[in-house]
Amino acid sequence: MSVSVRIPSQLRQLTSNESIVEIDSGTVGGIIMELENRHPGIAERLLDDGELRRFINIYVDGDDIRFADGLQTIVKDGSEVSIVPAVAGG
Amino acid sequence: MTTTAESLRCKECGRTYPLQALFVCDYCFGPLEVVYDYEKIRRRATKERIAFGPPSLWRYADFLPVSEKPAVDLQAGYTPLLKADRLAAELGLKKLWVKNDTANPTHSFKDRVVSVALQRALELKFNVVACASTGNLANSVAAHAAATGTEAYVFVPANLEIQKIIATAVYGINVVKVRGNYDDVNRLCTEIASEKNWAFVNVNVRPYYAEGSKTLAFETAEQLGWRAPDKIVTPVASGSLLTKIYKGYWELGEVGLIRRKEPAICGAQAEGCGPVAVAFKEGLEHVKPVKPDTIAKSLAIGNPADGIFALEIARRTGGVIESVSEQEIVDGIRLLAQTTGIFTETAGGVTTAVLAKLAAQGKIHSQDETVIYITGDGLKTLDAVADTISTFEIDPVLAQFEDQVLESGAAASAKQLVSE
Repeated sequence: MSVSVRIPSQLRQLTSNESIVEIDSGTVGGIIMELENRHPGIAERLLDDGELRRFINIYVDGDDIRFADGLQTIVKDGSEVSIVPAVAGG
Repeated sequence: MTTTAESLRCKECGRTYPLQALFVCDYCFGPLEVVYDYEKIRRRATKERIAFGPPSLWRYADFLPVSEKPAVDLQAGYTPLLKADRLAAELGLKKLWVKNDTANPTHSFKDRVVSVALQRALELKFNVVACASTGNLANSVAAHAAATGTEAYVFVPANLEIQKIIATAVYGINVVKVRGNYDDVNRLCTEIASEKNWAFVNVNVRPYYAEGSKTLAFETAEQLGWRAPDKIVTPVASGSLLTKIYKGYWELGEVGLIRRKEPAICGAQAEGCGPVAVAFKEGLEHVKPVKPDTIAKSLAIGNPADGIFALEIARRTGGVIESVSEQEIVDGIRLLAQTTGIFTETAGGVTTAVLAKLAAQGKIHSQDETVIYITGDGLKTLDAVADTISTFEIDPVLAQFEDQVLESGAAASAKQLVSE
């Protein structure tokens, strides 16, 4: 089993235009490292000094990881991880 | 007409991009902002030219990122600036004005941003417009789409006030109620924006959209006789409005239309969704997201993307970001209505209540020239005050009127206020 990671359009040049990447379960941080192994360059776009960049939100099954354990948040098999740019609204 | 806008620039890392439907930096995901040629604006935008412009936000088209003569015009903007002497007296202030943005085509300031967003979306050849909304934006996108014959999808939290849903759906566009809060709706729309070639007014055309809010500052300065007030109070949801009002005053100084002066910019939030106010109070450099729980649904954005910019501006200009309780919001709505004749939605209750709090704390002084921005109409959130009103009911008999109304001691006098 694995988890699906939804890639925003801004990062799809790095994933050969794939919008969903299947990755083995683990922590969000571990998943980002595995993304980096497969698609070099993606980690520095998401992380700054090892922390999630402040204008990126990552959701696990719809829940913001900042409400869970951040990059240490555990992602179970079958879950969906969504990487979404922060957008002001109203 | 050629545009005065030059490019989009990342607010975080400074990389620049062409004036296309882009909203975040490809590199660091920072928000993109429109950059202008201020020399060009300075040469073009004279007080006379503005005075002869249309009575709408398009009188400031030289300051907006549109490249053609605007075709989208529901006459948004150029709303009244009212001297609020009775409200001022109640709060111990002397120089207070209310910018009444309930007086817009769909009764909120969102008509300003949507006018600009739709104009730019049509210039960029989009056929479908969409938005994630807490209601006011939905109303406005629906109206502007209807008026221009543009296909539209509007996404709102399913628990939104029924008035706002009806006032959107009546325009015959697609209303999608999403079972979740605004932050869930926004995430979904950002995902959809990655898949569809649609103009999401507050996602991929957001840099243009957000610029529309600057016109609140332009109008205020013009209506005051081309000067900035000392202090302003504005509601804070995503933080975008506050940052753009600030930018508007800054730009007027930059092009010499007003003496260079930055008003102290104060922000208003509800305690039930006050992540920026919390960060301000605690001296934090970041804004920690919260789960919203407040009657001020139009401000219920738990993860405000422009929150850190709002925080930075409030601190730098000597402003404050403060929050108020649910009861204070209701009292604020009633106080504004009973002293100015303006019935505002919950966001305006928040703004009025924060004004009252800052005045009581001495953070707004009696001599400060202060402007509060009332951004939406009370008819949109009737439930908020439904339990607080009182009426008389009688048979059509004169004696009953005299006994049960006039003699009952319950009739309100003109001077009686909510606080009494």
